[in-house]
Amino acid sequence: MTVQARIQKLVEDNRVLLMMKGTPDYPQCGFSMRAVSILRSLGVPFQAVDVLADPEIRQGVKEFSNWPTIPQLFIDKEFVGGSDIMMEMYESGELEKLLEKK
Amino acid sequence: MFSAQRIQVLVETALPNCVADVRDDANDGEHFSADVTSSAFVGLPRVRQHQMVYAALGDHMKRDIHALALKTYTPDAWKTR
Repeated sequence: MTVQARIQKLVEDNRVLLMMKGTPDYPQCGFSMRAVSILRSLGVPFQAVDVLADPEIRQGVKEFSNWPTIPQLFIDKEFVGGSDIMMEMYESGELEKLLEKK
Repeated sequence: MFSAQRIQVLVETALPNCVADVRDDANDGEHFSADVTSSAFVGLPRVRQHQMVYAALGDHMKRDIHALALKTYTPDAWKTR
């Protein structure tokens, strides 16, 4: 299974997926920590993938979503953005609306 | 080392009627922040807008630029920010 197929499967199997550095309880980077706190403050269950533990995914996901940095958030199989966009959408209420859609 | 000025030139030449205000906050040639306005952003979700800016920077984004805190605006959004 290629890394792109592995990522595709993760994106399809998890409604809310956060590619991050470290784990939600032990984030290894400030941007990833911010992304986790945003999702936790919205009280939404999410699947986290630690790209530090999986270098193949760490590089592959940048190509997959055409985005140069980590963390990366996916909702309903769509790439939403990194921690800056998450923060902007969180503050504008867009993120909450996106999560409410069934 | 990279410079705010080089980022500005790359972005402004790649995007139509674009204004890029780029700052080297830490003055270290690696961590930048930028406000980018372009008519190309009209009707696009934020993530697409940001991807266009990253595309303008090409490999520099992988090699030279460690972090780029980006805010993108359509011309109207910029006037009413």
